[in-house]
Amino acid sequence: MAEPAILVDGLDIRFGETEILKQVSFTVGRGEFVAVIGPNGAGKSTLLRCLDGIIEPTAGRVEIGGRAIEEYNRRELARDVSYVPQPDAGSLDYTVRSFVEMGRYPHVTSWAALTEADSQAVIEAMNLTGVAELAGRSMASLSGGERQRASIAAALAQGGSILLLDEPTSFLDYRHQVQILDLLDRLHDEKGFTVVAVTHDLNSTVASADTVLALKNGGVERSGPPSDLLDEKVLAEIFDADFKLVAGGHRGMPLVLPARNET
Amino acid sequence: MSPRVRLAVLGLAAIAVLALMPLIGLQALPVSVLGDPRGTDPAAVIFWQIRVPRVMAAFIGGAGLALGGAVFQAVFRNPLATPYTLGVASGASLGVALASRLGLSFVVVGLSTNVAAAFAGALLAVGVVWALTKLRPDLSSTILLLAGVAMNFFFSSVILFVQYTASLGDSYRIIRWLMGGLGAVDMRTVIHMAPVVLVGAVVILWRARELDLLATGPEIAASRGVPVARTRTILFLATSIMVGGVVAGCGPIGFVGMMAPHICRLLVGPNHRTLLPASILFGGAFLAVCDTAARIILAPAELPVGVITAFLGAPFFLWLLVRNARVGSNS
Repeated sequence: MAEPAILVDGLDIRFGETEILKQVSFTVGRGEFVAVIGPNGAGKSTLLRCLDGIIEPTAGRVEIGGRAIEEYNRRELARDVSYVPQPDAGSLDYTVRSFVEMGRYPHVTSWAALTEADSQAVIEAMNLTGVAELAGRSMASLSGGERQRASIAAALAQGGSILLLDEPTSFLDYRHQVQILDLLDRLHDEKGFTVVAVTHDLNSTVASADTVLALKNGGVERSGPPSDLLDEKVLAEIFDADFKLVAGGHRGMPLVLPARNET
Repeated sequence: MSPRVRLAVLGLAAIAVLALMPLIGLQALPVSVLGDPRGTDPAAVIFWQIRVPRVMAAFIGGAGLALGGAVFQAVFRNPLATPYTLGVASGASLGVALASRLGLSFVVVGLSTNVAAAFAGALLAVGVVWALTKLRPDLSSTILLLAGVAMNFFFSSVILFVQYTASLGDSYRIIRWLMGGLGAVDMRTVIHMAPVVLVGAVVILWRARELDLLATGPEIAASRGVPVARTRTILFLATSIMVGGVVAGCGPIGFVGMMAPHICRLLVGPNHRTLLPASILFGGAFLAVCDTAARIILAPAELPVGVITAFLGAPFFLWLLVRNARVGSNS
């Protein structure tokens, strides 16, 4: 069997006295789409940062493409793994094109101009995410959905094959959610990207995934195909909340509704 | 006009400022002094030994302060961050105030008492901020800036205390230094400042792409391949030593560091590969012009240049605050 894209074994992360992740183990195959779900504070975002080497594990092992993550230098890792964090209030003065070009950082030296290959990768990433016509606009002038697509374009420009996304559809209206989800499907189905997405969207994102990894209290509560986890009992255990499932969701999956007490 | 063309125009303007400012002054100088750098007649001495070093010092100082501001604004992702906001200038001032009050007189590696004391004070202030970031790496830039503000108040109160207990003469010397000024600079000041600013500038310019990424956020920067902690450390140290050297040479000249990068951002855009050279050119030229104005406004008396930069800088600062509030703070 081929090397998995990502291997996590016995991962512990502690900040001071606080244990964020404990004994987390899983693998992600090449070209697999994994949705990471779980209640707030379960350690999902921390796990994602750890997979990109931004946080060092307290104990345990993370391998990317069969090689321990600490053996990579940052630029090398950036050529394989891209991370799209949740939107934050960074400097948004840059144009979309400048921002996407920054994605080429692991391939360029300090003062050298971008090469033909770099420009090609930037244009391809902008075309794929549909932000080419926004190239001259400043990031600050974009809508939330456009900004998220530009962020994904910059991550794609890095030229890796593993894409990590932290709540890619949060804060977006329905139209923009659909655009992002279509884009993720295309990257995964057509371009062969390995995708790991942290999400609270149990209907669309989870239904698109090959595998769902449910975290709770810093550990893996369940994992399996969406059809196994999209179950009233299983979801109730993961989230400590009641759910109602109805037929008719994306890709033949049920639709998940939070069940409210009617009385 | 593309940012590169604008940068070239800025470069030409800076060269013009460097060429013209030494010619301006109370004393009209014959053109013949230009060809006589080693001349001994008063006109040649005024031109080559007083005005030229002074314009050079102003340019180097302004360039260093502006470059330092551009770096800190990107690293702290805050439009108000400068080495001054974090206490570099007030630390240097405290160094000078203490040295004056205690009547210290020494020479360290060719540096006069004031220069050495200012440099030590600047590094002390930076050291405190640095220790905070090391002890608590999770501190946000807002908290660090607040810590800098608190340190500024602390140093200011110690300076006031020192002044209160000082003799009238010492007290005047301290106040005069605090105003910032290039009245006392000579070729030696230029020779002390130039290598410090040059080395700092090379270290910083080499990291222009990293500054772009740090400005968009530490997580994005790390994900793109920037070793964030190491890069921040190098930039922080290079900037602090550079600005410490400038403050030691010229006194605490305010607002250049904050104002110049913002004006340059409006002129050439946010990309640091054009913004950093633009800040160097604009900051240098701006301080050279302000210093010339300081020389001639009340001639033959001389205004401290800090009075002029702050006089222009403070209204700009207010405009910046209002503008940020209008577009919704992006910090």
